[in-house]
Amino acid sequence: MADMSLKKHEMPTQDPKLRAHNFSEVATGYTEELALAEAARCLGCKNMPCVKGCPVKIHIPAFIEKVREGDFEGAYEIISQASSLPAVCGRVCPQETQCESLCIRGIKGEPVGIGRLERFVADWHNEHSDKAPVKPQSNGHKVAIVGSGPAGLTCAGDLARLGYEVTVFEALHLAGGVLVYGIPEFRLPKAIVKKEVDTLKALGVKVETNMIIGKTLTVDELFDMGFESVFIGSGAGLPRFMGIEGESLKGVYSANEFLTRNNLMKAYKDSSSTPILHAQKVAVVGGGNVAMDAARTALRLGAEKVYIVYRRSLDELPARREEVEHAMEEGVEFKLLNNPVKILGYRNEADRRDPKNGTVIGMECVKMELGEPDESGRRSPVEIKDSNFVLDVDSVIISIGTSPNPLIKDTTEGLEVNRRGGIVVEEDTGLTSREGVFAGGDAVTGAATVILAMGAGKTAARAIDEYISSK
Amino acid sequence: MYKILTKKILNPTVTMMEIEAPFVAAKAQAGQFIILRVDEEGERIPLTIAGYDRAAGSVKIIFQIVGASTALLGAKEAGDYIADFAGPLGRPTKTEGLRKVAVVGGGVGCAIALPVAQKLFEQGCTVHSVIGFRNRDLVILEDEFAAASEKLVLMTDDGSAGRQGLVTQALRELIESGEEYDEVIAIGPLVMMKFVVAVTKEFGIKTTVSMNPVMIDGTGMCGGCRLTVGGKVKFACVDGPDFDGFEVDFDEAMERASIYSDFEHHRYEDTCNLLNKEGAQ
Repeated sequence: MADMSLKKHEMPTQDPKLRAHNFSEVATGYTEELALAEAARCLGCKNMPCVKGCPVKIHIPAFIEKVREGDFEGAYEIISQASSLPAVCGRVCPQETQCESLCIRGIKGEPVGIGRLERFVADWHNEHSDKAPVKPQSNGHKVAIVGSGPAGLTCAGDLARLGYEVTVFEALHLAGGVLVYGIPEFRLPKAIVKKEVDTLKALGVKVETNMIIGKTLTVDELFDMGFESVFIGSGAGLPRFMGIEGESLKGVYSANEFLTRNNLMKAYKDSSSTPILHAQKVAVVGGGNVAMDAARTALRLGAEKVYIVYRRSLDELPARREEVEHAMEEGVEFKLLNNPVKILGYRNEADRRDPKNGTVIGMECVKMELGEPDESGRRSPVEIKDSNFVLDVDSVIISIGTSPNPLIKDTTEGLEVNRRGGIVVEEDTGLTSREGVFAGGDAVTGAATVILAMGAGKTAARAIDEYISSK
Repeated sequence: MYKILTKKILNPTVTMMEIEAPFVAAKAQAGQFIILRVDEEGERIPLTIAGYDRAAGSVKIIFQIVGASTALLGAKEAGDYIADFAGPLGRPTKTEGLRKVAVVGGGVGCAIALPVAQKLFEQGCTVHSVIGFRNRDLVILEDEFAAASEKLVLMTDDGSAGRQGLVTQALRELIESGEEYDEVIAIGPLVMMKFVVAVTKEFGIKTTVSMNPVMIDGTGMCGGCRLTVGGKVKFACVDGPDFDGFEVDFDEAMERASIYSDFEHHRYEDTCNLLNKEGAQ
């Protein structure tokens, strides 16, 4: 008989006051006792509604059954059949809108904590199991993967398990893509990403860093080198700016730059050779997960005040609820229905060499109200006349999205992109307009989630296998 | 890991190295840059390519020791390895169709100007080079420029080599003496490029400048290298590093270049102390 309590077992977290000043992981994860207790809440539905919500189709009731039996390694084996990055997904997937949103237990009370259980299982495996994955027999076919983010790693893992000789080409010096440069240590420890990458390497996946496809090599040259198919998972691309006055002042960052300095280059550590401004009052413009990551990072770097400036209301805020709640608990202030108009800079006319010249001293905003719903159904924000005010800040982080990177598009003839620059693919396969070239993740959709990118990597892996098998 | 094949000290603060990087060497063109990290803890530093040897699979870099990372790099010897070397990045300098060009180089910027001058010279273009340094001890690549130019003017601030004065002065004299250039290509400190543009604007001569702003990934992801060019945001890593000098907001670029000067100064001192200690042992 299942445990019929209406609430999920809470996952232990660091005290907000404490964690707002360190980079250690916020949520510390289920203990064995908590995992067993939460697993007991699963009804083991025969029709498995939760699996329909999972982009990579993990056999959820089966792995939870194993957890309930205390066979954690068995649970890991079930998850890893479907997911190449279980410890990552257990942490960063928006389960509340995916698997857990379809859980029967959610009709009356809270759904089963599927994400928390997944994370527990993956962490348990990483801590207790030294079972190296077995490298499958090679089928002699070579596939190239462009980008080592969630889409690329998933595609690589699935193909390697099928016996393909997979090489991942990464532009940066470290594998992981957004998992290492974008998502902060306190949400996703980099040691975990490294472990997942090492697991793929044990499966036979080769990772070549410092290889910028579109520059160092082109997609066509990959074919010349003997790769039979290419998967492009090169990620989202260049940060967008608002086009307002003052965006080039010292102290204005794109979220990508701010997060890359901290996450990839470890600027938060004293020993790092990469600098970052330690601002006192920071405004983060935008309301997505990346904005939350930037705001919480700024807090941990020692800012007294961190504001999220967002032009709509809390209901429209696109970030995950859990991230918003964590940010609020830690002391991030939400300036909702506010829109930046201009960033103000210091200017000492008497001394043109004053080093403070060109630094941020404030951000002028205008208040907004929600008007009639537009064609997307969302109520669009409208400026309230004469409501301008100045927010006292010394740094501004702009997190309003990205536009696609042009490097691959510009060097791959016949690769069709849409109006926004995203690569055009067939939805069921990830096939692009070029034979043998597949794509997925943010390079196709524009900025989205880790798990959607993984889903796309998985879809493409299946299609690549079919493509090569049928040749 | 990437092997340092050769090392040559060009002047007390400027060093040349050839790095074994066959993939980069195969594609490198004048005007493009690479990103390197000296060691596993190192920052990513962009350096413009100073030359390449496709057959040997090597890429030449010339750098000035200005901070901690370049000091660490400068302390490496031939036979040592550096952690990362990625490229070629950015767009190559456009040289097609140019028949007569003035190449203006300032300081270590001459290292980047040279391959551009050589490429133009090889394609049959008339090249006049104007290179400037603070003093005689800092002069680099004079012979190489002489070999790639119909006319070479060497300027030093104190007159200890060549003529005394600034490169802008020599450029103005050439133009006023009746030389008609299709284009001026200026590579050097921001302030030099700003004043070169001030001269060429007067005469309406198209001017290309090579920008080297703060950069992290170098592949079009972080946006740290943004510049205002013609009133629009441009990214030096994917849109540049070459831009139309008439359009670049140099004052803004100079201000942004100083963002981390305090940090860099301290880090440099710490590194120098460390290197001195190691040297003393």
